[in-house]
Amino acid sequence: MNRNNDVDSIVIRLAGDSGDGIQLMGSQFAVSTALAGADFATFPDYPAEIRAPVGTTFGVSAYQINLGGGPITTAGDAPEVLVAFNPAALKVSLPMLDRGALVIVNNDSFTARNLAKAGYDTDPREDGTLNDYQVVTADISHLNLEAVKEFGLSKSEGGRCKNFYALGMLLWMFDRELGSVEAWINRRLAGKPTMRDANVRALNAGHAFGETAELSANLPQIKLTQADMEPGEYRSITGAEAMALGLAAAGELAQTPVMFCSYPITPASPLLHRLTHLAEMGVGTFQAEDEIAAICAAIGASYGGMIGVTSSSGPGIALKTEAMGLAVNAELPLVIVNWQRGGPSTGLPTKTEQSDLYQAVYGRNGDTPVPVLSASTSGECFEMAIEATRIAIRHMTPVILLADGYLSNAAEPWRIPDMAAFEPITKNIVPESDDSPQRRAFTRDEKSLGRPWVTPGMPDLLHRIGGLEKDIETGHISYDPANHQRMTDMRAAKTDAVAEFIDDQHIEHGPDSGDIVVVGWGSTYGPIYQATRRTGVSFVHLRHINPLPRNLGEILGRFDKILMPEMNDGQLSTLLRDKLCMETLPFSKVTGQPFLIREIVEKIESLRSNAS
Amino acid sequence: MSDKLMPKDFATSQEVRWCPGCGDYAILKAVQKALADVGADPANTAFVSGIGCAARFPYYIETYGFHTIHGRAPAVATGLKLANPELDVWVVTGDGDGLSIGGNHLMHTLRRNVGLKVLLFNNEIYGLTKGQYSPTSRIGTTSPSSPRGSVDAPVSPGQFVMGCGAHFFARGVDTDKVGMSDVLRQAHAFTGTAFIEIFQNCIVYNEDVFANFTERKTAPNTQLHLRHGEPMLFGENNDKGLRFNQETWSLEVMDAIEAPDDVLVHDEGNAIVARLLIDLHLPVAMGVIYRQPAVSFEDGFYAHHPSRMERKKSITDFIQGPSSWTVD
Repeated sequence: MNRNNDVDSIVIRLAGDSGDGIQLMGSQFAVSTALAGADFATFPDYPAEIRAPVGTTFGVSAYQINLGGGPITTAGDAPEVLVAFNPAALKVSLPMLDRGALVIVNNDSFTARNLAKAGYDTDPREDGTLNDYQVVTADISHLNLEAVKEFGLSKSEGGRCKNFYALGMLLWMFDRELGSVEAWINRRLAGKPTMRDANVRALNAGHAFGETAELSANLPQIKLTQADMEPGEYRSITGAEAMALGLAAAGELAQTPVMFCSYPITPASPLLHRLTHLAEMGVGTFQAEDEIAAICAAIGASYGGMIGVTSSSGPGIALKTEAMGLAVNAELPLVIVNWQRGGPSTGLPTKTEQSDLYQAVYGRNGDTPVPVLSASTSGECFEMAIEATRIAIRHMTPVILLADGYLSNAAEPWRIPDMAAFEPITKNIVPESDDSPQRRAFTRDEKSLGRPWVTPGMPDLLHRIGGLEKDIETGHISYDPANHQRMTDMRAAKTDAVAEFIDDQHIEHGPDSGDIVVVGWGSTYGPIYQATRRTGVSFVHLRHINPLPRNLGEILGRFDKILMPEMNDGQLSTLLRDKLCMETLPFSKVTGQPFLIREIVEKIESLRSNAS
Repeated sequence: MSDKLMPKDFATSQEVRWCPGCGDYAILKAVQKALADVGADPANTAFVSGIGCAARFPYYIETYGFHTIHGRAPAVATGLKLANPELDVWVVTGDGDGLSIGGNHLMHTLRRNVGLKVLLFNNEIYGLTKGQYSPTSRIGTTSPSSPRGSVDAPVSPGQFVMGCGAHFFARGVDTDKVGMSDVLRQAHAFTGTAFIEIFQNCIVYNEDVFANFTERKTAPNTQLHLRHGEPMLFGENNDKGLRFNQETWSLEVMDAIEAPDDVLVHDEGNAIVARLLIDLHLPVAMGVIYRQPAVSFEDGFYAHHPSRMERKKSITDFIQGPSSWTVD
């Protein structure tokens, strides 16, 4: 990379100790990037330990961002710029880089002790390890401490400013304004004026470092192409933020308060945190004693007339399974958000995966169908939250919305939607009749098979619900064999009926028919999008997992090969074989890391060469 | 409600399906009577239950009712109470449902002081699953799953409840109409979790397990009916009382005629005496053993909620986030 490069897009990776403030630095860089008109995608990659032992490779926290002219749909394959705060960060990140990448290292951390902790026998700055890269070394720790000296902070307090010092350097490299970051620091540290001023100073000093002769090597300044984005108002958004806003918006569209009940779990907790800030939209949050209590309280809230929502990740969702069946049987609306992570069991809490599809579609006792949706991008969590709530209330059923750990934390620019474009969410009407309240409460809409949402407190509609099988008409407990058959059929038909209300499947891009179609779902959208663009093959991405869109089989039938990249062992492949009797080519990656674009490109190319 | 409802107005059309002679029948009658006595509005009342014989209760009460899953009734009821704090929400549970599979939810309901009336039917046995020993069964209980006698020590519902930070604990006997109706009325009036342990006789699997203190003939000598501010007297002619033994730190039975001034006066706000009363074996303490009012969870929840769950702002007030930009 040469000085004063003009580039279309660039991938930057910031890596350091989990206590170095890397995630904060990355997210602030993303915001200033967006404000300057670039498209971007981010990938926070952090350890499960809160503060892993300092200087170790397993304690490395990283934040990758891909920015530039659009469309940017992934955090990028190989970082072109690496900022390594310590030897461990260098050790972990170097294998991801292509030769020629720019490596900025914090000299001060390359002590004998830190080198040993990272497993380096010799200093990689001197032993030829970095020969193939452009290396800029800077005494970031030392320069930062000098910059904030006048504030009289302790060494550790002063040291905590170094992420902003490095951020200042990066902002200079990409010719970004400091204003938005300064404003953020001023807001965030309003109550700690000394730390506030020291951080602002560090930021400015880092920026000045880029311009002045303090350089130990030439730091390149890079000019990025402006993104070609659809006109509109944009903001930076993570999946957790979009999901929270979407749930609150669904409450507004339904004119009904939202009661969110959950138990803390990685990576689902950010949704709970975000929702606490939306209280004035009629959103309540209840931190339950466990996962089971969380879903049960959400069911209780739905029974009481609010939109009950719960959220968790794989292991927590497993605990909620029995209660999902209760909501199915009681015919109550409920939204269940699953931020998938690596499994089985506790698995990889902070690493992403999409291996809960079987659990969502098939994983309950009894014949217990549940509609399942999936969000593809951080921003799409907003509309999928609305869609899930709409289905839950229309069909009076729990709905599972699948997201994943990557989406929860990854930020992207998001065009703020026009709320007027969303249809209001309406509730099924209680029939006016002389029938018993029990019968009226279970009079289902002919098309959706959703029953009226009758809640305690409504006069003259007293009735009983529960987990026991009930008569299809009177709603009273029934162990009648023929009735159970009818109820089982009705529950299946109800879930199938969702397909009558959703949009037909579309092809994202590529020809309408041909040799290869790539089918994806969830957060693999980004890499599949790029890979299919580059190779010119067709791309179909699913938002509705159960039921599938009615025309999906017809679309896929027009292709010879169906390639299915998934971050699991081929779960959607199984589903398509089950529901559509179609032969698919599973392409699985379960490393806890998102797909790289080139991995999918290579797979497509190998399919093509096999065919020819 | 203009016309006052009678107990029979709280009965549903559903046929009651407990075993003939089951203590649940008497409890059902007592609850129906208590609801009529306090002028409960059926539309504003909900009964939530888990699994077990007791959990069939909602089907037989003409109010709203939700028969949920094993052990989870307190969690469902908490969500319901949060969604609509105006509702009168009752939880019906048993010793297995409430203290075994659902012990965790009961614990947190009690510490939060959610505004629920919790009726725990204690019969020291699993009924619906056909007679296995329960968490309140005494050591040595023989059952299909413990043919050589159970080895695990039982939990004391009262001590469990006090340990969880409960604010209301009362006891009653299924067949004691007067005592039951009294504690049910007091529970109904309480703000927060009102927990009642009801000694219930399982006629099939654990008959007469409480007979040593529930027999009508001997009850005056084996039960102590507590009233706040009144001396702790029992016996045919209130001739016996309880006093505090300062050497053993325990309660002991004494002759109340001989030394009336030594008889303890019931202070239902005293948690230490409540724990001693809970552990008494003969007489067995009945009535409101402990009551210490505190802010209920739902009141705290709404008081701390910036808009009391009202929609004061629109999505358009939030959707832009901390900063946004325009692309032309």
